[in-house]
Amino acid sequence: MSIPIILFLVCALVAVAGAVVLILAREPIHSALALVVVMMALAVLYLLLGAPFIAAVQIIVYAGAIMVLFVFVIMLLNAGVEERTDFSKLAKFAGVPLGFFLLLEIAHWLAHSPIGAAIANGAGSSAGESSTTELSEMLFRQYLFPFEATSILILIAILGALVLARKEE
Amino acid sequence: MDFVSQHPVLVAAVVKIAVLLFIVMTALAYLTWLERKVIAHIQSRWGPYNVGAHGLLQPLADGIKFLFKEDVTPPAADRLIYTLAPFLALALGLSAIALIPFGPPSALFPNGQQIFSVVDLNIGLLFLFAITSMGVYGIALAGWSSNSKYALLGGLRSSAQMISYEVSLTVSVVGVILLAGTLNFNELIAAQKGYWLHFIPRWNLLPQFVGFLCYLTAAIAETNRVPFDLPEAETELVAGFHTEYSAFKFAMFFMAEYANMITVSCLATILFLGGWLSPFPETWTWQNYLPGAGLLMLAAYCAWNTVSEMRGIARLQLGVVTLLAGGGGLICLYPPIAAGIQGPFWFTAKILAILFFYIWMRATLPRFRYDQLMSFGWKLLLPVSLANLVITAFVIIWPLLRKG
Repeated sequence: MSIPIILFLVCALVAVAGAVVLILAREPIHSALALVVVMMALAVLYLLLGAPFIAAVQIIVYAGAIMVLFVFVIMLLNAGVEERTDFSKLAKFAGVPLGFFLLLEIAHWLAHSPIGAAIANGAGSSAGESSTTELSEMLFRQYLFPFEATSILILIAILGALVLARKEE
Repeated sequence: MDFVSQHPVLVAAVVKIAVLLFIVMTALAYLTWLERKVIAHIQSRWGPYNVGAHGLLQPLADGIKFLFKEDVTPPAADRLIYTLAPFLALALGLSAIALIPFGPPSALFPNGQQIFSVVDLNIGLLFLFAITSMGVYGIALAGWSSNSKYALLGGLRSSAQMISYEVSLTVSVVGVILLAGTLNFNELIAAQKGYWLHFIPRWNLLPQFVGFLCYLTAAIAETNRVPFDLPEAETELVAGFHTEYSAFKFAMFFMAEYANMITVSCLATILFLGGWLSPFPETWTWQNYLPGAGLLMLAAYCAWNTVSEMRGIARLQLGVVTLLAGGGGLICLYPPIAAGIQGPFWFTAKILAILFFYIWMRATLPRFRYDQLMSFGWKLLLPVSLANLVITAFVIIWPLLRKG
């Protein structure tokens, strides 16, 4: 086995395990940390796909900024251990089997569709490393309008949050 | 042997990481010695003096002490996270240093690997920020998991402070990226080659002076040092986030803090002070002999001090230092070696200058109040670094606009 494949398997396993812990953990901080682990594993997967810029931004923005804010809020509110209601019967008898069925179906589809064949042939990783220069040229020339529209959208969201958070006088 | 020839990158990286780790750990230990000595002399004291000549064995003694102290975990602590936090802090602090190029990329091993940098990434700067942005977790989690009010307050303060100053830190660096047009450390340094008026080095220090000041201020805040050391303000919070930590876990937080100091000093050197470039023109070949001459001068001072002041075992210890410095100085005078170590020599000299500035600040300035800290970060530092960025961008784009 080559090193990239070993790395992929390790990181994929870590990502899935982190996601499971995220759902099952009772302490909110443990859930938040599990999400950080998932994001780090995803960043390594991006690296393996030849997208180092996306990988770095994934860590800086999600793990380094957004999740820090989550952890900060959890610490500030001193959120206690989650209370759990019993596993609902509908989820137990219909949800779990259906979930497994969905996973099986996705696996089956990947194995038999042209996209699955392309992935198996290594189409994703053979594309080579995309340079940051190319990425920014595409972002600021070809997709300039969507980029600017998104930033205005985020600005509006920030203003909305400010208005909602302000105390009534 | 087969594995070595098949994976030259991997093997070279492992060897370089091992050497770098050894150097950095030693540097961390002696940085504590340097800090205590410098502060002591600024305050007209002697500082560590008794363990080894001039306290030179003090870091070793401290390390052994930390190893053998009782490691207490508070009963109400979250054991997993409480143990994880110091490891996280130290691992992140150390791994950031792996990205730094300590010398020119032209210096190669026989198998074509660079000698002075572990990895030479195209997006080195972004990756460094990715690693340092994770640094908050060590401190915040230590504060939370101790289950103590003082530690929690320290952790909260530090996460708020680090998020706030990280914005200014990143923005103050973008001006340099705009000037160089790259995120690769070696290219960022190469872009600062050359001289104005044949003798003023073309470092980013002059054109980005405002950026440099903003970076330095934000960097001190990022590493939780005086005057921004509110997360561990002993007058208010006992010891802040590491109140409940003892023995080697406590030492790991300290090592992480010093590792972060080294990282931000390296980054300041690369971005604003020309990295491994010499301040003198290349034609001045006598500068090759500066490191050797410096070490020989140190040896001469140690020899004089050994004979005139030291008694007993201290005389022996300082004698060994004299021999090491003298031998090292003689080796550094050998022309091929003298030429080869120019890059690392200037890099180290610049880092030491910034670290000295750090320690000097600690000995001089009082601590900020918390509201002062926040309003300084958001209302002064961020607007100034943003203005610096906008003006830099405008100056770069102006010739293009005039051409139409």
